[in-house]
Amino acid sequence: MTDPRELYQQVILEHNKKPRNFGKLDPCTHHAHGLNPLCGDDIEVSLVVADGLVQEVRFQGHGCAISQASSSLMTVNVKGKTVEEAETMIAQFREMIRGNLDPAADPHILGRLTLFQGVKDLPSRVKCAVLPWATLHSALQGEETVSTE
Amino acid sequence: MPTAWSFEMTHAPALLDVAALRQDFPLLTEPFKGRRLIYLDSAVSGLCPRSVVERMAHYQLREHTNVHRGVSTLSQEATDRYEEAREKVRSFLNARSTKEIIWTRGTTEAINLVAQSWGRANLQAGDEILLSAMEHHANIVPWQMLAAEKGATIRVIPMNDAGELILDGLDALLTPRTKLVGVVQVSNVLGTVNPVKALIQAAHAKGIPVLVDGAQAVPHLPVDVQDLDADFYVFSGHKLSGPTGIGVLYGKRELLEAMPPWHGGGSMILSVSWEKTTYIGLPGKFEAGTPNISGAIGLGAALDYLKALGLDRIAAHEAALLAYATERLEAIPGLRILGQAREKASVISFVLEGIHPHDVGSILDHEGIVVRAGHHCAQPVMQRLGVPATTRASFAYFNDTADVDALVAGILKVKEIFG
Ligand SMILES: Cc1ncc(COP(=O)(O)O)c(C=O)c1O
Repeated sequence: MTDPRELYQQVILEHNKKPRNFGKLDPCTHHAHGLNPLCGDDIEVSLVVADGLVQEVRFQGHGCAISQASSSLMTVNVKGKTVEEAETMIAQFREMIRGNLDPAADPHILGRLTLFQGVKDLPSRVKCAVLPWATLHSALQGEETVSTE
Repeated sequence: MPTAWSFEMTHAPALLDVAALRQDFPLLTEPFKGRRLIYLDSAVSGLCPRSVVERMAHYQLREHTNVHRGVSTLSQEATDRYEEAREKVRSFLNARSTKEIIWTRGTTEAINLVAQSWGRANLQAGDEILLSAMEHHANIVPWQMLAAEKGATIRVIPMNDAGELILDGLDALLTPRTKLVGVVQVSNVLGTVNPVKALIQAAHAKGIPVLVDGAQAVPHLPVDVQDLDADFYVFSGHKLSGPTGIGVLYGKRELLEAMPPWHGGGSMILSVSWEKTTYIGLPGKFEAGTPNISGAIGLGAALDYLKALGLDRIAAHEAALLAYATERLEAIPGLRILGQAREKASVISFVLEGIHPHDVGSILDHEGIVVRAGHHCAQPVMQRLGVPATTRASFAYFNDTADVDALVAGILKVKEIFG
């Protein structure tokens, strides 16, 4: 297993402490709730999408450092992207966390999100990292809630 | 107030030889993924000593066939072993009769049995079920399902910030509509030992039966269902050094006799015809189908193991560990212990300022320390305490102060990583 320090890097700890784009957009065009019934994590994602672009995105809720930082970095990285690009990121992030995408070898548009690749060695934390992304996906698909179960 | 916990110890018990008894648990003596494992998660599930596993294997390899069936010597022997295990449980709980000991899959199934059999037969619209604020979901959800079906209501005995039940208002909560009280004897989150005997007395004064969830009590303290005067007492084998998939419903004979069967099928019938089917008596009436025979025998072996260690010695050992762990953890800045009850079992839930329990759990896991992080299947307790989750360390007879020291060092490492 990787040393926890590799996962809990400064960037992740910093985003956990001071999450970006924290809150709720009202009005918004898309919105969804993500629940992890196993640990009680609860994340709400709201977006303003116009002209096929993610103009604004915010999240709120509580959870561990992994899920908070994953949420925060997600909003930073998705903002200003096309919906299509956002969906590509969601898919690539999932694949990376499941160990099917190697950021060093495979093409991707994940940028700094590759910080989370260490999660693949912590199976019990995969859901924490993926929850905001699954919630974003639901919101973009027009679904209201998503559960990791 | 006397509690179930304050049993007499006539002589100071000899100390447990932890180093020796650890040899019974390969997980504790052999490296797990390259490191020594420190198991502080017995409240989730206890570890099975070798003798339990060997007893089950012996049964499965050399004694197994179905029970209560056929005339073969093999079947008779299997039945005898299975029924001997029931007798061991009877003796462990000091029940009057083995007819009062029903095998179930565990605590959860035992509570569902009572809810579905006793509950459906005895509850009506407008009735009330009184539960405590510190119940496990297993003693909440079956009653909510029943209440929804019957139009009954659930009321709750509150608790204070220390994690003790507030019993001042109990009289008012026990109304003429209260049909049952359900209470956990030892909280799996807070470790609180509830004064169930006093609670039962108060309920009985109004003719109300009480179900005690003993899942976390039986591993830590001697239980006497007659002394408690519990109407129903339930627990799981796997929290008690036994296997998973086996548990117990104790019920007073009069209550069980009057209850309709829950599951129907083979083994529980006297005769079956298209016109009329009749059932056998206790305990078989509640044991439809082929049971978990090796599980029952394994639980019996676990009880033998605990008896040999000595329940009073286990209790004394754990009490000392709890005191030591509490003192050491309290000394860590930013650490807050949830659950400061005066009567407490060796379970410690805590939160670290600014650090989520899952992160604590993951980093401890890397250090080889197994704890539980989460809501512990007791979300109403989390809501009451205003935290989303806690980290919980639970101590058993095979733990020692070195394990506590390792936990403390692990927590300090968590704090260091989080800065
Ligand atoms: C107090 C309490 N009640 C009930 C249960 C449920 O036990 P089981 O899952 O073995 O049915 C547990 C187990 O976590 C518990 O701690």
